[in-house]
Amino acid sequence: MKLSRRDFLKISSIGGLVFSTGLSGARAFAHAGGDDEFYFVQLSDSHWGFKNLKFNGDPEGTLPKAIATVNSLARKPDFVMFTGDLTHTTDDPEERRRRMRQFKSLTDKLEVPQVRYLPGEHDAALDAGAAYKEFFGDTHYAFSHKGVNFIALDNVSDPRARLGATQLGWLEERLAELDRDQPLVVFAHRPLFALRPDWDWSTADGDQAIALLKKHPKITVFYGHIHQEHHHQTGHIAHHSAKSLIFPLAPPDTQGKKFKVGWDPQHPYAGLGLRKVGLTEKQAVVEIDELGVKV
Amino acid sequence: MTKRPRAWRWCVLPLIVAAQAGCTRQADATDPQVITIEARRFAYSPAVIRLKKDQPVVLELISKDGLHGFNAPELGLRSDVIMDGPSRLTFTPRKTGRFIFHCDIFCGSGHDQMAGEIVVVDD
Repeated sequence: MKLSRRDFLKISSIGGLVFSTGLSGARAFAHAGGDDEFYFVQLSDSHWGFKNLKFNGDPEGTLPKAIATVNSLARKPDFVMFTGDLTHTTDDPEERRRRMRQFKSLTDKLEVPQVRYLPGEHDAALDAGAAYKEFFGDTHYAFSHKGVNFIALDNVSDPRARLGATQLGWLEERLAELDRDQPLVVFAHRPLFALRPDWDWSTADGDQAIALLKKHPKITVFYGHIHQEHHHQTGHIAHHSAKSLIFPLAPPDTQGKKFKVGWDPQHPYAGLGLRKVGLTEKQAVVEIDELGVKV
Repeated sequence: MTKRPRAWRWCVLPLIVAAQAGCTRQADATDPQVITIEARRFAYSPAVIRLKKDQPVVLELISKDGLHGFNAPELGLRSDVIMDGPSRLTFTPRKTGRFIFHCDIFCGSGHDQMAGEIVVVDD
């Protein structure tokens, strides 16, 4: 089921989720400050190394500005999650590592307790994640934070956009260990559902992952890849994609082929941004706040 | 005695050739149309495939520079595209319209734009 933001608001308001568009962190979370509440920031798709000025007039400045935006937040997030395509792909293994090194030196400037990463296909699909692992560690993993469980999935290291039987088995084992009364947040780069398969906006075996995940009542998925904010519901599972930090892509209901949205000098950074996600142990995701890049 | 069979062969041979040619022409009329599509980073050639509804077709897919994919999900068509090909997809389009196909095996910096279109029109 595809949802407009208004539709999503109607649905999400049932569960008490507040959805908003803030201005560079100036807006405070409505729920902020509760004893059990915390928030993280999702960053995505910076494509470090991409330098086509037609689509981004500030390719080396946008990521630093996003990092400055996070650092300017009055209340610090508990962690930052970067959902893939940290770098733009290259055939040259040395250049790939150079881009990852530069990217890491920039994100090391984030003034937050922890920064976590996931690969996108641009980072990992040409070498099965070899370079990515050198800089950022495992491509899929699980962790818990303040009563909320998190699982990061890798649907990009296989160039055929598959999670694969091994990772699906790992996911099933991790899920079996979790208390289903606790909220579960899943991260991935590609959508796990078939958003627009003819644009490569899907995961080949994503339906198998969703079949496992839907057994958990309090689950939310955050992903990247499509370079825009988008909200979708598969059963009780909400899927939220994040904006990019390099260029927007056409909306999924566009006819014909996929295309990049050009840079507008009159409205620089339009369509780019990051998001804050507020959570509680009892209610899972309670607030999503979309932020622009602070200029 | 030895010349008669030779004369017979020279008379019959043109008939055999003509018959074979006739068979070939008849086969052309009923066999699927064959369209060869070349894939290379980061494009297909041709990029637009024009087909007629209800007319069977064979897509012969061959790569010029490594592994690619060919995926037209709305038509239920999918194949790897390899250099040692061709890979063949045989189908009969049953609905008119424009259907995107794309490379579904990540192949590099232009992969995101590696796509084409199948246009199906009424016969």
